[in-house]
Amino acid sequence: MDLDFSPADDAFRAEARAWLADRVPPTPLPSLETAKGFAAHRAWEAELAADRWSVVSWPEEYGGRGSSVLRWLIFEEEYYAAGAPGRVSQNGINLLAPTLFEHGTEEQRARILPPMASGEVIWAQAWSEPESGSDLASLRSTAARTDGGWLLSGQKTWSSRAAFADRAFGLFRSDPGADRPHRGLTYLMFPLDAEGVTVRPVGRLDGKPAFAELFLDEVFVPDEDVIGAPGDGWRVAMSTAGNERGLTLRSPGRFSAAAERLAALWRERADPSDTAVRDRVADAVIGARAYRLFTYANASRLAAGDSLGAESSLNKVFWSELDIALHETALDLLGPYGELSDEAAEAPAHGGWAEGHTFSLAGPIYAGTNEIQRDIIAERLLGLPKGRR
Amino acid sequence: MRFLLDDEQREFARTLDALLSASDTPRAARAWAAGDHAPGLALWSRLAEAGVFALAVPEAYEGLGPLPVELAVAFTELGRHAVPGPLVETVAAAALLHRLGDDGAASAWLPRVAAGKATVSLGVPALTGPYALDADVADAVLVVEDDTLRLADSAGPVQPSADPARRLARPLGGIVFARGPAVAAATAYAAEVAALATAAQSLGLGRALLDRTVAYVGQRTQFGVPVGSFQAVKHRLADTLIALEFARPLLYAAALALAEHGTAPREIAAAKVTAGEAAHAAARTALQLHGAVGYTEELDLSLWIRKARPLRDAWGTPAVCRARVLAP
Repeated sequence: MDLDFSPADDAFRAEARAWLADRVPPTPLPSLETAKGFAAHRAWEAELAADRWSVVSWPEEYGGRGSSVLRWLIFEEEYYAAGAPGRVSQNGINLLAPTLFEHGTEEQRARILPPMASGEVIWAQAWSEPESGSDLASLRSTAARTDGGWLLSGQKTWSSRAAFADRAFGLFRSDPGADRPHRGLTYLMFPLDAEGVTVRPVGRLDGKPAFAELFLDEVFVPDEDVIGAPGDGWRVAMSTAGNERGLTLRSPGRFSAAAERLAALWRERADPSDTAVRDRVADAVIGARAYRLFTYANASRLAAGDSLGAESSLNKVFWSELDIALHETALDLLGPYGELSDEAAEAPAHGGWAEGHTFSLAGPIYAGTNEIQRDIIAERLLGLPKGRR
Repeated sequence: MRFLLDDEQREFARTLDALLSASDTPRAARAWAAGDHAPGLALWSRLAEAGVFALAVPEAYEGLGPLPVELAVAFTELGRHAVPGPLVETVAAAALLHRLGDDGAASAWLPRVAAGKATVSLGVPALTGPYALDADVADAVLVVEDDTLRLADSAGPVQPSADPARRLARPLGGIVFARGPAVAAATAYAAEVAALATAAQSLGLGRALLDRTVAYVGQRTQFGVPVGSFQAVKHRLADTLIALEFARPLLYAAALALAEHGTAPREIAAAKVTAGEAAHAAARTALQLHGAVGYTEELDLSLWIRKARPLRDAWGTPAVCRARVLAP
């Protein structure tokens, strides 16, 4: 048992650190949930990709470096420690790409992955529907067979990034007569500017159009944009849900960097006799460290040939709650300035704490609510009996 | 990097788990609480044969250590089985005597500790208050105040603890054994070892509380279904598992840091508060989900429930640990 990085890992870290020190914008880009910010973040993705930093764990042929999970973790630590911009391409990179690696065709990978890596094509997810949230398998949007492809109809919602993104991916009901709800679903990709697509941006809690509703009226999708077999979409979508994706959805580097900044803020601003706030800062620092170490253990398991299953639900609950607690503590430390929106000219840290706080509030909801995750933990890891949801 | 226990370490844990599962530790704990130390001391010998105490003693004194990772593995199992006795204090005292650099004292005590022939208690009033655990039964009781190490020659009356198997007593009298900065340094190290071992005990204790409660809610039916099928019950147990599983890597990382640097106050403090709070919360959950039967001392579960809070506070309260994590 050890926590030692090899000299090659250290060299990789040093290379990433040097590149980031040179390139990270000195003042934060505008919020990626605005049109202007989205464009700026897209340009940043291209800059990352030009030097093969956008998708380090992908094979070289698609724009990556073929790096191990551990190297990816190192890169992420350096990335967030450097205060680099949020990743506007993360839905594609974290959610769609693993599915393409596992279930896509060679043609699909060659066509879709390189422009994803460069930010030329930015992807939105289209899972939820107005009547289908946690109970995703009840979804009703349809894919009807037509000559050479499919016609998509229905409504998707809470589609992150869809206000400004180029394409989307999601599940559609292709066999309404299937015997169980999660059978007869097909995983499809479609352009957001196609005929029949209407995008209605939805303001999130702070008003920024971070997601959108999608209205689809017989949108044509060619067969080449089906992932896996028609009717097998549920299995395709879920098979990568628990494995590396559970480990990579939110990297520990993000929280380690935020905890460092919180500790610095505390040293700078806190009343030393206020032990209540000190304890919360300590808990954030400890939580970020625990998540980092927990992830190293999981990366070690993957490297040893193990696979991860429902354990990724432990991750999701842990980091999402840590993120909120950390940002709530930061806002408390900011006193009267904690109320300022990230758009306020006088917001501390260029609005970083306010933006981070707003973002953190969504964590327990997206990617499977924490209630669903706790059900999974109880049933699959602890073996408790299934019951009514 | 391979941040996983190796096969040998896993096997060691399994061996101890099997040994303790076959040893009726609840009976030993109940006897210990009643002042009958014989079953507990017999268990102590078996643990020594399995190599537990040798992990804290260097090879020069007939031990195998110091091996902090293996010590953490062992103490996790001791906590899982609620083993009574001054286990933590004995390994911490061994660490103190070794680090002190007094060959005479080390030669006199460490081989006996490694062989399971000596139980030692340790009191550090700044951390433990005026008490030393099981001072009435230990073969030696060390007390450190400031930079003075004293070998107590008797103990005051036992003060019952919230955990009946923890018997606290004031060490009395005795002679000054050593004095000076070396004592303070060796004691700081011993306190780190004690905090690490206590954190490990908490982790194992919490896991046992979780496992017993999961088993119980799986078979206890109300309203015609197992109570473990209710979401309110499931979610509480899921949170218990999360808290324990995120304490585990902090524990191993702290042990690795102690092995590598010989001191790791912040890492150990992080592990201690996290494991201690997780086990304490596990005890609250175990009590709540067992319902009234969990509130009885007749159920062996009470041995685990009542130990959680004292372990959380022993060798560094949560407040002390949190402050240390942020110390410059």
